[in-house]
Amino acid sequence: MKKASILMIVGPLFLLGLYVFPLWNIMLGAPQYPDPLGLNIHINGLRGVSEFDIQNIDGLNHYIGMHTLPKVEDMWEFSTFPIIIGIMVGLGVLIGILGFLGKLSYKWFLGWFALMSLMGILGMYDFNEWLVDYGTNLDPNAIMKLTNPDGTPMTYKPPLLGHVKMLNFDVTSLPATGGWLMFLGMMLTLAAGYFGWKSKKNKT
Amino acid sequence: MKVKHHLILTLGTALLLVSCGQQNQSSNGALSSSAAEKVYVAPGEQDEFYAFLSGGYSGNLTVYGLPSGRMFKEIPVFSQFPTSGYGYSEETIPMLNTSHGFVPWDDLHHPDISQTNGELDGRWIFVNGNNTPRIARVDLSTFETAEIIEVPNSAGNHSSSFITENTEYVVAGTRFAVPVPQRDMSISEYKGNFKGALTFISVDPEHGHMAIKFQLLMPGFNYDLSHPGRGKSHGWFFFTTYNTEEANTLLEVNASQNDKDFIAAINWKKIEEYVNNGGGTKMPANYAHNVYDEHSHTGTTTMKDEVLTVDPTKVPGAVFFLPTPKSPHGCDVDPTGQYIIGNGKLSADLTVHSFDKMIAAIEGEKFDGEAYGIPILKFEDVLAGQVKSGGLGPLHTEFDGKGNAYTTFFISSEVVKWQLGTWEVIDRKPTYYSVGHLMIPGGNSRKPFGKYVVAMNKITKDRYLPTGPEMEHSAQIYDISGDKMELIYDFPTHGEPHYAAGCPADLLTANSRKIYRLDENRHPYAVTTADGSKVVRDGNEVHVYMSTIRSHFTPDNIEGIKVGDKVYFHITNHEQDFDVPHGFSILGQNTSELLIMPGQTKTSVWEPKQVGVWPFYCTDFCSALHQEMQGYVRVSPANSNIELKWSLGE
Repeated sequence: MKKASILMIVGPLFLLGLYVFPLWNIMLGAPQYPDPLGLNIHINGLRGVSEFDIQNIDGLNHYIGMHTLPKVEDMWEFSTFPIIIGIMVGLGVLIGILGFLGKLSYKWFLGWFALMSLMGILGMYDFNEWLVDYGTNLDPNAIMKLTNPDGTPMTYKPPLLGHVKMLNFDVTSLPATGGWLMFLGMMLTLAAGYFGWKSKKNKT
Repeated sequence: MKVKHHLILTLGTALLLVSCGQQNQSSNGALSSSAAEKVYVAPGEQDEFYAFLSGGYSGNLTVYGLPSGRMFKEIPVFSQFPTSGYGYSEETIPMLNTSHGFVPWDDLHHPDISQTNGELDGRWIFVNGNNTPRIARVDLSTFETAEIIEVPNSAGNHSSSFITENTEYVVAGTRFAVPVPQRDMSISEYKGNFKGALTFISVDPEHGHMAIKFQLLMPGFNYDLSHPGRGKSHGWFFFTTYNTEEANTLLEVNASQNDKDFIAAINWKKIEEYVNNGGGTKMPANYAHNVYDEHSHTGTTTMKDEVLTVDPTKVPGAVFFLPTPKSPHGCDVDPTGQYIIGNGKLSADLTVHSFDKMIAAIEGEKFDGEAYGIPILKFEDVLAGQVKSGGLGPLHTEFDGKGNAYTTFFISSEVVKWQLGTWEVIDRKPTYYSVGHLMIPGGNSRKPFGKYVVAMNKITKDRYLPTGPEMEHSAQIYDISGDKMELIYDFPTHGEPHYAAGCPADLLTANSRKIYRLDENRHPYAVTTADGSKVVRDGNEVHVYMSTIRSHFTPDNIEGIKVGDKVYFHITNHEQDFDVPHGFSILGQNTSELLIMPGQTKTSVWEPKQVGVWPFYCTDFCSALHQEMQGYVRVSPANSNIELKWSLGE
């Protein structure tokens, strides 16, 4: 249980990486952008991979009527997420310490993991909602109004995960360093739960 | 594979047949597949070296890649350049100011890349204007002209613009001797009265800013070319001379009478010390110093009224003459700094002087008389050796860093490879035709990159498809990595290259700017915010503060302009994306278009002469909506009361 508790203390700390590294990354490459434009999604806002990428993505997207990328003040998520992550890290570490002191059982570890996973799924759902809005809520006076082969208006939702060819752009969306660190941290807490369960089982 | 060989053979035979009666089978060497592989830079790949070729009478500097021979850019320096608006825009007109007024052209020679410890450092490239003596500094992060300084008391600024091995000085010597200071006198009184000014221009190590440190007023010979000492000879500078006869007419005969002219050896460190200790004489002068500020995107002219001159006889031990046969042209110093090569253009031989021997002769005070008070060393005492080349008309020599030298022969139209020290000729290859300069990247430094030599020819004739009587000059690239030179490519150059400078590509690529930052734009008429555009009238001057972004001008409708107004279009490109310039032109513009880089501001003056509604548009295909990037200016009669107004999207 001591080993499991240490994992439970360390695991949530990996989430602190989200304050430094981006959670997600979307790259946009095209024939005329051999150095792709890139968007880093941090928990507290969007940043360009290169300094002027956001400005340049907005500049290109205005042709097809997409709204400009949201600023920090445009989305409640960017002010809320850092607080939620902070609470979850504190809570996780506290659970780990109490587990170490023998005050809490491993079930709390799994509980934290479940809560974090739920929040993660909600976060992804929210993120996808925004992607849908960003890619489909188009200016009716857009310069270029393109249609699909079936006649429906073309939309430009970037993929949540993976690669999509969008007009002349190759759009690739993947978790970034902060996201991977979060994933790793969560796996550690899952392992903590597993080891906690195993030590309990061995004792009985 | 076999099929391919057969194909090449058949092709080769066919070409031979086609070229029957057209002579020179040797050029077929360039058709061999190995040569093709050596110069082939596949699509998407980049060249190994930059080559900066002077444009001669184009007044500009051209940028090429080696070994492909592809041209990347023409950098406007001394000539107006309507492509970008250089010399037409309000910001760049000052760059071409001189004491003779606005001089929109020059004859650009001799590029030289800045050095640190005798090796190329890739910060700047210096070039000289030959006709109205000027030295320019081109910034190698922007590839734009950053500064031009006029050289007073000089005429035919030809033994220029060579730099010392830590870029302490860029040196400008006069080809024509002239009265100093200029005055009204009889031409026939030239001999003994005219002077030859050798100008040492200090270069600020941080910003590169140039200032004339001193001018050495030498006897009135013609100072043809020069090169710095390096390594052991650092601190010296060497100039070839011709017309030591001091003839003032029919020079082709009268300046070719002396068996030997001189190489002038200048101990500039000694003179620098003399000047720093208060030596020299201040002389009234009048010359322009034009500096371009990258943040205000604006050039400014400052007129200078004084120059410090030095009489060489007042600084003992600083200046000596080395007798050198047959009106030497190129004056080249090998990478070790030991050998000074005089390319006697009217002879078959090269004369190589030894720096060590020169110092020994000076210390032994073994002089062979003097000229105007300047000691002449004995030819035999300073001679290291002579290259019996068998060629005719040697002009210039470069080095490969492996102990070999390469000399161009104009008359016999060839490049000759010879060995330093043994003076043996190793190889010779013809050029097409009558080669002038040659260039090995870093070939004028302590550390040459001896892989290619580029021969720049004066005569083209039949090398390319005919284009009437006037055509571009030709250049050839030789692979010099082996013992024998191999002709691998042939390409036309722009203008007339007088020398070139090359460097490994990676010395410059990382520093090459992609955009100018809008938040660093300090142009007084810049519009740096989307809503900052305005139009302001001041008497009959109207200032339009205009911005551009894909794909519109702000504003794009302007009314209230009157015939007789002087309209300044100050255009700021709001793009911050690589390679998205916008252009600006307006009907009836008496200057040129503007090409405005991202983050930059440029100004064009328009003086409408006719009432009407006149369009302006973007000249650079900037986006899919480039064609829509246009606007109107309403011009009313001079006495009308139309209110000034401007708009976008109303």
